[in-house]
Amino acid sequence: MNQGRREIIQIAFIAVALIFLIKLFFIQVLDRKYKDLADSNAIFPERDYAIRGLIKDRNGKIIVYNTPEFDLLIIKKEVKQLDSAKFCEVFDKTPQELRQLFKDLRARREYSPVKPTIFLSQLSTLDFAKIQDHIDEFPGFYIQPRNTRAYRTKAMANALGYVSEISKGQLEKDSVGFYRQGDYIGQSGIEAYYEKYLRGRNGVRYKLRDVDGNDKGSFKDGAWDTLSVPGQDLVSTVDMDLQEYGEFLLKGKAGSIIAIEPSTGEILAMASGPSYDPLLLTGRNYSSNYKFISSDTNKPLFNRPLMAQYRPGSIFKIAQAMVALQEGVITPETRFKCDRGNPMGCHGPHTNEDLRGAITNSCNPYFYQVMKRMVNKGKSDNPFDDTRIGLEEWNKHIASFGFGKRLGIDLPNEKSGLVPSPQFYDKAYRGRPWKFSNIYSIAIGEGENLVVPLQMANFAATVANKGYYITPHLVKSIGDTGKPLPEYLEKHYTTIDPENFEIAADAMEEVVRSGTGQYRASLKDIVVCGKTGSVQNDAKTMKYARPDHSVFIAYAPKENPKIAVSVYVEWSGQGARAAASIASLMIEKYLYGGTKRPHIEEYVLRGKFLD
Amino acid sequence: MQRREDDIKTQSIDWVTVSIYVALVFMGWLNIYAVTYEENQSIFDTNLNSFRQLMFITGAVIIISAILIIERQFYETFAYILYGLILFMLLLVPIIGKEVGGNKAWLGVGSFGVQPSEFAKFATALAVSKFIGTIGFKMDNLKNQATLFAMIGAPILLILLQKDYGTAMVFLVFTVVFYREGMSPFLILVGIGAAAIFILTLLVGNNIILFSIIGALWALFTYMNRRKRLKRHIVITAGALMLAFTIASVDFIFNHLEEHHQRRVMSMLNPDADPLGYGWNVTQSKIAIGSGRFFGKGFLEGTQTKFDFVPEQSTDFIFCTIGEEHGWIGSLITISLFVALFLRVIFLAERQKHRFARAYGYSVACIFFFHFAVNIGMTIGLFPVIGIPLPFFSYGGSSLWAFTVLLFILIKLDAHRMQVLQRL
Repeated sequence: MNQGRREIIQIAFIAVALIFLIKLFFIQVLDRKYKDLADSNAIFPERDYAIRGLIKDRNGKIIVYNTPEFDLLIIKKEVKQLDSAKFCEVFDKTPQELRQLFKDLRARREYSPVKPTIFLSQLSTLDFAKIQDHIDEFPGFYIQPRNTRAYRTKAMANALGYVSEISKGQLEKDSVGFYRQGDYIGQSGIEAYYEKYLRGRNGVRYKLRDVDGNDKGSFKDGAWDTLSVPGQDLVSTVDMDLQEYGEFLLKGKAGSIIAIEPSTGEILAMASGPSYDPLLLTGRNYSSNYKFISSDTNKPLFNRPLMAQYRPGSIFKIAQAMVALQEGVITPETRFKCDRGNPMGCHGPHTNEDLRGAITNSCNPYFYQVMKRMVNKGKSDNPFDDTRIGLEEWNKHIASFGFGKRLGIDLPNEKSGLVPSPQFYDKAYRGRPWKFSNIYSIAIGEGENLVVPLQMANFAATVANKGYYITPHLVKSIGDTGKPLPEYLEKHYTTIDPENFEIAADAMEEVVRSGTGQYRASLKDIVVCGKTGSVQNDAKTMKYARPDHSVFIAYAPKENPKIAVSVYVEWSGQGARAAASIASLMIEKYLYGGTKRPHIEEYVLRGKFLD
Repeated sequence: MQRREDDIKTQSIDWVTVSIYVALVFMGWLNIYAVTYEENQSIFDTNLNSFRQLMFITGAVIIISAILIIERQFYETFAYILYGLILFMLLLVPIIGKEVGGNKAWLGVGSFGVQPSEFAKFATALAVSKFIGTIGFKMDNLKNQATLFAMIGAPILLILLQKDYGTAMVFLVFTVVFYREGMSPFLILVGIGAAAIFILTLLVGNNIILFSIIGALWALFTYMNRRKRLKRHIVITAGALMLAFTIASVDFIFNHLEEHHQRRVMSMLNPDADPLGYGWNVTQSKIAIGSGRFFGKGFLEGTQTKFDFVPEQSTDFIFCTIGEEHGWIGSLITISLFVALFLRVIFLAERQKHRFARAYGYSVACIFFFHFAVNIGMTIGLFPVIGIPLPFFSYGGSSLWAFTVLLFILIKLDAHRMQVLQRL
């Protein structure tokens, strides 16, 4: 039955082998095409680097652009009898440096003597002019143009982020194979967040070279080449004049300034101090500069507006007041006695204020009582359970302002802050019971509360909007469509009714008119609403006593607000001083283009905030 | 001293097969060196793949010794257990395996890893052969056939889960073994026919033309058989409808392939269709092979393969180096050696007295042949790009060891063929 099957299988095997040999005979012997293609030997893929998108400010001013630079490539196998003396002269190297360069070249992992490898990177236009005339004298060396980032000013470094060569780890994560070794990639800030749009698409030109490395034109007349596609430009929400002014005011201080247009959530300025010159992180000196900047103890690379988590301090009282009104535990007319020091200290001339007075004078005992009423509503007979229920309700309201979570700004590394929840205290007390007397410092924005400066500015914008915020963002539109990004159109409503916001707004107006902010924050022709804060810090951990952090949030004008600001200046005393001054100057700058109060500006710049 | 039954007299080993094996492995090693060689590096340079391959070869020698020492009954006795064990490992791979080069096909601890799918080949070969070798086995029993197909279906399914389509396809070649042992060739012919129709449909690209041709053929046959019985007409009509259905389903199947598989198939049919993707690989591979001309550029003188144009040069596209550096003569020698191996293995299989050993021998020949055909066919543009290694040439420990195990179990069985009772 199985007769002849062995032969059939054998014949089939041999037939396939014969077909292969015939096909190979065609390819290898008869068809000269492949030989010719290979004769022009090296097909040299020349990378056509895409031009990275520009970043413009809200008025069309260019913030980030590109400038050409050049890489010197080497194909080691093509280098014949290198005139090293001449090479050193043209490239301005010592013989030792040259030897080191060759040593480094061999040590590189991707090195191959037959493939183009970067020998010297990021030569400036100036170097290029000098080298151009001599490049023919060095066979095996090629020049490849590419672009690097350039900046008009030093401002906005942290928000913009920087661009550098892709790291090994990033290259491994790039599963779609978009990047190659040596490509640039946005490493932080807007450059990283919008990398997808900014980068464009690199192209490849396949060049033919003969055995001596001479250019033989395009492979298949460029049929397989791909042109680079330039990246898309970004229009930022930032007003560059305001941004620069903010950084000017922040000079020599640690802290942040954020200004938001309340109606749109657009960030008008976002300054982080201390900052650095973004130009340092471009070009040939990137690595040495990066080392220098990142080891600076002032942490210039730390983007304080969204990464620094602080206690909010007294500005939190505005939120507390609104939550308490919403919960119905107080009315605007509710009064509490302020007896200084029991259970909390206080300041200013007052004894028995209503809500508005308590905010204007930033009365601590008042808000202690408010908080007590909020968390102990008597919903349970057990004081521990009662606190738990109250805190849960309180937490939901506070979170609706955007506190305790990432707001979703279009920058990487945003921190979330912290709004304590019952679960948080369970963990903190490791299961031991806790009640109001354990947690009361959160009443005045101290204790376990943590916010980032961006959330404070967002809070000011929420009050300005009387009940909602739009996720703060730095980019208005992508490309030249001018269309707003859909994710920044949604209104996030708080759990608080608009009429309670009215009360808060009136109180904030009063703070600036007659309260803690009156001296430095009030402006002549315009109603500014604000709130000061002086945040205690862990002075115990310091070697010497340092003053409080100075905090101020504000928006203006009261009707139809145009700008909401938060200012946080570390170690500079009461909020009414540095922070209030800076905030009001920012408002003035944005609304009028400059200040009419040079003494305030001078006061800020002198930076003498200590008594 | 009394000799154990299992001690092998050296003359009983088939030295012809061993010589072909040694020649192939040695050539493979030299070629791996040629791919990675750049300048003045020794073949023993620890940085080169050729050094690691040498380690794998050393490992293979140890494995060979072990195979020859183990009692011959072991392979038949433990065939099912081995098979079950490998299936279990395949099952584990998607759960605890690690990813290498995008495919999650490796099991391992630290830097040491093996691909169970490579070893599934010989385990399946053993199990299938044992089943065929059972007393009273009849191939025309449908239940037996179903069991055999289930036995090759299980590893195929598990390997498909790893998305290693190339290795999964290898198991289809067992149908040739079934054919040798008495299965009707109908299934294989239908399979080849379906593949042909599939490719034809993609090539023509216009189903209406194909449908019209079928319609015309149907009319013609019906007319020619107009005086025949109804049964004949039913067969003709059913055949035509099935053909039409197959063609109609091609687009559906093709569109449900993963995108890179679609591109691989298309690039085989038309390499210029996707010049920078898979078409690029095939074209570059052909340029490299074609530039070798008749005599080749000489050992280590290849230039094309040293560029990264052809990916996986030392694994799946190793044949490019042979073609480029040793020309058509080199290809001829390599292909001839492979053919010699297939024929010798078939010869060994046919001289076994036990059906188990014969079926196993055919499994070995067929698995080698499938790898050979698909791998070389891919590099010269006759098959779509399917990543399976060229036996003994492609760089890598798992594949070298798996092929070595496969071959030397046969050599071991063959060495004892005289001690086995006839059972064919």
